[in-house]
Formats: sequence, C-alpha cells, structure tokens
Amino acid sequence: MYALRCPFPIRQYPHVLLSHGGGGRLMNDLISKMFIHAFGPKPASGLHDSTVLELPAGKIAFTTDSFVVNPLFFPGGDIGTLAVNGTVNDLAMSGARPLYLSLGFIIEEGLSMEDLWMIVRSIKKAADLAGIKIVTGDTKVVEHGHGDGIFINTSGIGIIEHDLSIAPGNIKEGDVILANGPIGRHGIAIMAGREGLDFETTIESDCAALNGVVKALLEARIEIHCLRDLTRGGLASALNEIARDSSKIIRIEEASVPVEEQVASACAILGFDPLYVANEGRFIAFVPAAAACEALEVLRAHPLGQGACRIGEVTRERGGLVMLKSILGATRVLDMISGEQLPRIC
Amino acid sequence: MKYLDEYRDPKLAQQLSRQIHKITTRPWVIMEVCGGQTHAIVKYGIDTVLPRSIELVHGPGCPVCVTPLEMIDRALAIASQKNVIFCSFGDMLRVPGSKLDLLSLKAHGSDVRILYSPLDAVKTAAENPDKEVVFFAVGFETTAPANAMAAYQAKQSGLKNFSLLVSHVLVPPAIESILSSKSNRVQGFLAAGHVCTVMGYTEYPPIAAKYKVPIIVTGFEPLDILQGIAMCVAQLEEGRFEVENQYARCVNQEGNRHAQDLISKVFCVIPRKWRGIGEIPQSGLGLTTEFKEYDAELKFNVDEVQTRESDQCISGLVLQGVKKPFECSAFGLKCRPEQPLGATMVSSEGACSAYFKYKREYLCTH
Repeated sequence: MYALRCPFPIRQYPHVLLSHGGGGRLMNDLISKMFIHAFGPKPASGLHDSTVLELPAGKIAFTTDSFVVNPLFFPGGDIGTLAVNGTVNDLAMSGARPLYLSLGFIIEEGLSMEDLWMIVRSIKKAADLAGIKIVTGDTKVVEHGHGDGIFINTSGIGIIEHDLSIAPGNIKEGDVILANGPIGRHGIAIMAGREGLDFETTIESDCAALNGVVKALLEARIEIHCLRDLTRGGLASALNEIARDSSKIIRIEEASVPVEEQVASACAILGFDPLYVANEGRFIAFVPAAAACEALEVLRAHPLGQGACRIGEVTRERGGLVMLKSILGATRVLDMISGEQLPRIC
Repeated sequence: MKYLDEYRDPKLAQQLSRQIHKITTRPWVIMEVCGGQTHAIVKYGIDTVLPRSIELVHGPGCPVCVTPLEMIDRALAIASQKNVIFCSFGDMLRVPGSKLDLLSLKAHGSDVRILYSPLDAVKTAAENPDKEVVFFAVGFETTAPANAMAAYQAKQSGLKNFSLLVSHVLVPPAIESILSSKSNRVQGFLAAGHVCTVMGYTEYPPIAAKYKVPIIVTGFEPLDILQGIAMCVAQLEEGRFEVENQYARCVNQEGNRHAQDLISKVFCVIPRKWRGIGEIPQSGLGLTTEFKEYDAELKFNVDEVQTRESDQCISGLVLQGVKKPFECSAFGLKCRPEQPLGATMVSSEGACSAYFKYKREYLCTH
C-alpha cells in the first residue's frame, strides 16, 4: 500500500509551477492524479466546495495547526508526518478519537515534484496509522522565495467518547505527572538536520501519533485530569502553561525526567536545556496518585509508552509556577523560555 | 553518560558539600569568573548546598554581557547594509543595541545568520563572492583561536569579501581590575576552565601572589564547581594563595600552544571597553597590522556610535561582584530578559538573567 507509485507526469513537470495553484488544468491534474490518487477515493457525489460528514452523537473536538519546518525531511519523519501527527495529537490530548482531517498546502514554486510526492506519501501513511480520514484540502502555490518549500495546515475533528473533562483547569492537588518517554529527540533531530551537525549516532525525531496510547489509558478507565503533548518549548513550557492556567504549583524532579544519552550530549554541546527542546511524540498525563501505578503500567505496555515514568506532582500551594528539584536537591523555578533557545558562544 | 553524568552525581556532590561545611570556619567571598559557571551554580542550586558563610559572587566572564553597547550598534550598522551577510554566534542575536537587536534586523530583511563556527563564515564568503561576509568575533580567549583561524584561512585563500567585527576580551586583566578596585570584596577566584584550556594558567601565579588570593582553575559541571570551591576554601582557611587546577581533565599548565601561536599571529593585545565596567588597559584583542584587511570596523567605516546606559542599572557593580542582582531596584520589574536595561540581563549567562530565570521565587518571598 505504501509502495504507491507517483502517477503524476513528473518527467513533464519535475518542479511545482505557479500554474499548479492557478485553478486550471495543471492544478486539477495535480489534485486528481497525485492527491486523490493517494488520499482517495473521490466521493461518489463528486468533488465539491465542502465535504459533508456524518458525525456520531456526542461532543466533538476540533483543532487546527500549521506546519513550517526546515529541513522538510529529517531523521524519523518529514513535514507530512508532522502535519498529520501534530493535529491528531492535539485531538488526542482532549481524549478525542480522531476522525477527519483537512489538508491545506502552501507550496513554494520550484519545490520538486518528487519531494511533494514523498510528503504526500508520508501524509497518507501517517493518516492510516492514526486512523484519521483526509476529507478536504486546498492547494496554493506562492512565488519562489516566498515560502520555505512547503507549508501545511491541517485541521482535525475528533469525537469524545468518554465522560472525563480533560483540561488544565481540571488538575487537582496531589495529581501525579507522568511522561510517556525520554524528551528532546525531535528538536535535536531537526537542529542536527538544519545545521548539518554530525553526531556519532543519528538522532531520530520522536514524531508519532499519540491517539493509540491515549485510547489505551481511556480504555483502562484511568481518571485522566489533563493531557498535554510536548511540542515547541518542550516539557518546561507545557508544564508552565498548565501551572498558569490552573494557578497551581507543579513540582518536578530533574533526576526523574528521562533524557536519552545522545540527546543529553547534543544538548551539552549546543548549550541547550533538554527541558526546553521540542518533541512531537511525547505527552504528559496528570492523574490522581491512586491511579498513577496503573496508568504507568498501561503506558509501558504500549509501544509509545515503553519509557514512561513519573516526573512530578501537583502540590497544594497556589501560584501558577513550576518548581524543579535539581539533582543536588536544590529547588528553583523552572521558567517558560522567553524566546527560542540560541546556541551559546562558549 | 561519559564525561557528563559522572560530574553530576548527587552522592559525590553531597560528599563535597559536607567537606566544604567541615572545613569552613569563617565567612569567605569567592568569585566564579565565567558566566557558564554562574549559570550552572544557579541552575543546579550549588549555592544552596554551601555553608551560609560562603558567598559566591558572579564575575565578568560572560562575553555577551561585557560586549559594549557601541559594538552591538556597530554590528547592527554593518548588518543592515545591503550586500552584507552578517554571521554571529546565536546568543548575540538577542542582545539589544540602542534601538533594536540583530534578530529584529533579520526580521526586517537583513541577512543575519547563526553559525556554530567562524570557519563556516569563511566558507560562506567563498560561496558568495559578490557578498561581504562579516563574522561577529566576540568572546574571551576561548573563542579567539577559532576566530583567528577564520582570518588566517581567509588570508591563505586570498578571500577579500570576509571580515571580522572583533570584540575580544581577556580574563586576567579583568581579574586584576576587580582585585585592584577599592570596593573589592573577592577573596578567592574560580578561574574559567575553558579559557585555561587555551591559555594554560601561567598568567595567574603573579596575580595570586600580588593580591594574596587563591585561584582555582575550575570546570563547569556541578561537581567541578563544588570541588573548585572546596579547594579554594581549603586554601583560604589555611592562609595559602596558590594557583591550583581542578579542571585537570582538560587543562594543563601550558595550555594549547598551537592555539596560542595562532592567536598571537592574528591578534594583538589592546585596551578594550567592557560593558558595565569601562575601559581596562591591555584587556582585549584586536587584529594585527598583517590582518587589518579583515577588520570590519575599518572596512565598513562605522562611525563612532555614542550610546548611553540606563542610570538605574547596576550591572557594572554586579559584574565586579560588589552587588547582587536582587539589590537592583529595577530587577524583575523594569528590567527583565525580554526588556533588559543592562549587560547582565541580556545573556543567559549573565548573573541577572540567571537569577531571574532560576531564583525568581526569591522575589515573591522577600
């Protein structure tokens, strides 16, 4: 199924032209021969300005995200994988079952048709793995120099099939914070790819769809209070957002936060703190202390939670801060980063 | 992890902490010279595991902090010129000049690039013969060899479109400046390990002898710093003032002779202004006559920019260990990392920035 061959006449158009977004025959060819071929089949009623969907009864979750990444292809994924998993994960963090995905491309004139095809193939593969259907889309082409190869916007709809209220405002004193695995791989993989940094081993992005592992927690009837996927800004920013939105004090222990050896060493070389490095397949779960052990077991039984561990807790105090206990036992504020991390001079 | 985890071991840290408690009988003021050490001290809470009578004061060894405002303005003036590719280490980009910073300039369309090595700038110059490529050569002795190599390679390959905006400073003159000040409180130093990796530590015994202060060449991991403090306190308690090397896994007495040779081939010692401190004689590096053609200040004829620091900012006193960030009335209020009033709040290694990032709860409780 993933050995799809590109049906588009690449030899004739090895690169995307402005005309491929111009609404004419070339655009229709691109849509029907590449996109519909990959994501199809076409609805029986034909392609229309909007898609009409059947939704099961109950609450729905709806989210949107745009994806800009340089380089487009990196160890462990590409912009297509990110665009699907990013939106799937945002749905999963409400405990929703992802159903439908929209796909908006803004392509820079001159992107190679081969690269576009590889991205389309990744999107198809990621959507199939996550069990989400691509039901609508849009293509625009901008002039050369006005984009970064390709930008992708995806919006997703999911269905809520549980009675829990999974949100920052719902975290409680005494909640235990669990992470599904070691942090920082995506950010370092991107950085290494972008800057041409060679480490002894290739660090692959952790990019993955998290709806499966969240489903496992829900099916085990774990009383989840909040979930948050760790993306830009890393673990530190996610914790700070939740502390701020809940006005609670969150305490974590530095020694408990898992960081793989090669990520730790790359961070040491670049002067980065792994707590602020991006992830695309990691999340934290706030659960009552009584449910923590069972939740950990469920996580560890899932392929995307094998490295799961307890990293901290929500305390009784109010204040909207994250406090970190250092490996030396000292406690300090774990702040939200003010901009992006920049490599240090020395 | 090899060479990282070993130096962050909590049990060994506790042992060193206990050892320091055991030998300390009096109050001592110790300065860590390097911003990287300051950062590690507040990040890991090293100060909190020391006896209360030991005060750590934070030194001037943050290259971003001590780069004068005028130099940032010159960088901005050059980077904003058409046809220039302006390259810099990452953490200089956020440092505000009088009006804006390099990141904002980049947002307005200037070609500003973050590089990991000045040699990449030489490569960029070779690949862009119709552009002028400028590298912002900032830092202490640590970054001087790579910057020197960039000028050297550019000359070897006959590149005409490459230059360095040099703002290099040297550690020993800054230590002397602090020690000779009337307001000095510092009784012992942790010297910057990375600087000594390049320069060795033969420059320090005369300073230790003249001012009667122990100087410990110290690394950057928690155990390095704790051990450096233990060695320093031991000397202070015993009334010794010697130069000792805690960072022996990286530093030898002579340093890296190849690097030193290259530095002296390309750079010469000149007076430099330090942000927050002022001009210190013989405290910096400038390009030698032989390499003047690679001097961006001459090439771009950037006029002397007159700048004025905030009246409220006490960063000069912080950099000299006279005051702590909390003693500033603007700290955390008018002066924050997003809107720094002065030198020590701009860089992640600056003492004020480190205190803001890691010790902010102090503000809530005091």
